[in-house]
Amino acid sequence: MSCVKKAMINKIKHILYKLKEWGAGTGFLLPSVAGVMLFFIVPFIMLIQMSFQKSATNSDFVGFENYKTVLTNEAFRSACANTALFTAVTVPCAIVISLLLALVLNTQLPGKSTFRSFLLTPMMVPVASIVLIWQVFFSYNGVLNGWTYQLFGLDRIDWMKDDNGQVLIMLLFLWKNLGLNIILFLSALNNIPQEVIESSQMDGCGALRRFFSIRLHYLGPTIFFVGIMSLINSFKIFREVYLLTGNYPYDKLYTLQHFMNNKFTHLDYTQLSVAAVILSIAMMVIVGVLFLIESRIDSGVEE
Amino acid sequence: MEEDIREERRKQAVLARHHIYVKTPESKSYVSSLSPSERIKFMSDARAKNAAILRKRKRRSTVFKIFGVAFLSVAALIAIMPIFFTFLNSFMSSSEIEANYGVIYQSLPGGSEGAAQFIDKMPQLQLIPQEVTAEQYSNLLLTTPSYLFKYWNSILLTLPVVIGQLAVACMASYSFMRYRRKRREVLFFFYIILMLMPFQVTLVPNYIMSDKLNILDTPWAVILPGIFSTFSIYILTKYMRRIPKSYIEAAIIDGAGEWQIFTRVVLPNCKAPIAAMAILLFIDYWNMVEQPLVMLQDESMQPLSVFLSRVNIEDIGIAFAACALYMIPPLLIFLRGEDQLVEGISQSGIK
Repeated sequence: MSCVKKAMINKIKHILYKLKEWGAGTGFLLPSVAGVMLFFIVPFIMLIQMSFQKSATNSDFVGFENYKTVLTNEAFRSACANTALFTAVTVPCAIVISLLLALVLNTQLPGKSTFRSFLLTPMMVPVASIVLIWQVFFSYNGVLNGWTYQLFGLDRIDWMKDDNGQVLIMLLFLWKNLGLNIILFLSALNNIPQEVIESSQMDGCGALRRFFSIRLHYLGPTIFFVGIMSLINSFKIFREVYLLTGNYPYDKLYTLQHFMNNKFTHLDYTQLSVAAVILSIAMMVIVGVLFLIESRIDSGVEE
Repeated sequence: MEEDIREERRKQAVLARHHIYVKTPESKSYVSSLSPSERIKFMSDARAKNAAILRKRKRRSTVFKIFGVAFLSVAALIAIMPIFFTFLNSFMSSSEIEANYGVIYQSLPGGSEGAAQFIDKMPQLQLIPQEVTAEQYSNLLLTTPSYLFKYWNSILLTLPVVIGQLAVACMASYSFMRYRRKRREVLFFFYIILMLMPFQVTLVPNYIMSDKLNILDTPWAVILPGIFSTFSIYILTKYMRRIPKSYIEAAIIDGAGEWQIFTRVVLPNCKAPIAAMAILLFIDYWNMVEQPLVMLQDESMQPLSVFLSRVNIEDIGIAFAACALYMIPPLLIFLRGEDQLVEGISQSGIK
């Protein structure tokens, strides 16, 4: 009798111990999971449901009707095209330029830590503060147009209302976002084992060859990470565009966030949710493809 | 018996040593075979050759250095010029600003009608003010209290997000570091996907939930989703997984509970990434435009980052000072924490 009792007590103790262990691990995770569930996942499920409804209040199932409306919407299409073009140009540019700057900073130059600090400063400046200066430089009656007019007699370009406007926005993006990439690349360059570089020098390897066949191999994961960070940041370009040109910019500068904001102000929930679902799927596809490419390259290198 | 073997070995060793010394031919190099005069000539030739190579290398490295420094100088100049310029111009008097830049603001959206007209007057780019005054700052601080309220709004929105997100993220990433089981890894992967989602996607669910919770148009609608954003969890987990397992095992053997391991072992080892994340989050939320635009329709709630661009047009006289003031906190934080920032996020890009 007492034997059975003892076994029972032991079992209960064991369960309690397991529970405690599980609780300790999960307890730390709980606030985060609860918040993520509350603010991201549950509303996202509601949003998927809403995207198949007739309107926010009328819950009739309409199938893919809303998707058709949004996908044929001219504004949504041009917003997507603009954002895609912007991302496709700026992300590679950001990687190449910041890698170049990091390579130069990585050599033995006098005062390179000062240069590093200077190059990192733009990332700390709020967009709102710097927009004033961009306006002074790039508006129709601005300084840049004044200079080109006086020096070369060129026609003025209205950067905010011109097809070249996107180039300007790309430059502003690069100005602001190179700093973070430079940090990441610098640390990756420092992590390359010095012996490999030295032995390649012994074997008579030139600087270019050394870069392409040794450094690039070690930089692979960092390039991937920098690419992903730039991808995330390229979706934040709305800030610059909004602060420079307001709610209704020139067609070429119309970004996805403008589209979303207009839908928010009109409280058009169904179209909003459709746009969000489409975007999230697109984002997952892009990231999935990137991950696939990265793992393919990685396994190729290992062999 | 043993004596003999030892003796034998000793003999062999001595012989072997001798053998080597004996068999080695006397070294007679090329140099020592030369006559004294030839030797001097040979030496000086070799020295000259070496010096030439060294000079060439030095020249190449100086050329490279000059080019590198020039390249970096241009890049650094482009990087800090606008900031420098804002600070200098913030010490101009209001009338001087209007004389210099008034032209520009007539062609901006929200300015006078019929934008983009050709105005014959050229704007003057002036770096150094004619007279240095603090007029802009005094105007800003004394006559326009709305700026100060917006500034306070910015602080009120930013600090809770930074502190809250760091607290939640530290605990969550501790859990991700400590228990690596399959379900948790799946959850971690899910968090990464959530981190990669742009604002355009996450704002909509946030808005719907805030609407349901009736916190729209209050600061909570920005703060709460910010606290539970997963960006810092990824970086912190990556860093924490590098802490040697033996530290934690030692703590367990000493009888530490989970909370003690967390506060006494893991957190002190993660000072750099926590500081780095605090800086990055601060600048990100100090800079936010999307969330307040959507969540806070009431203008009196909005932070200065949204408000600044609207004020520019109405009274440019104090705009430079306002911009400069808004830049100061992040720049100060950067000056103080640059090394931590670099150290903290540098590990995340490497596998």
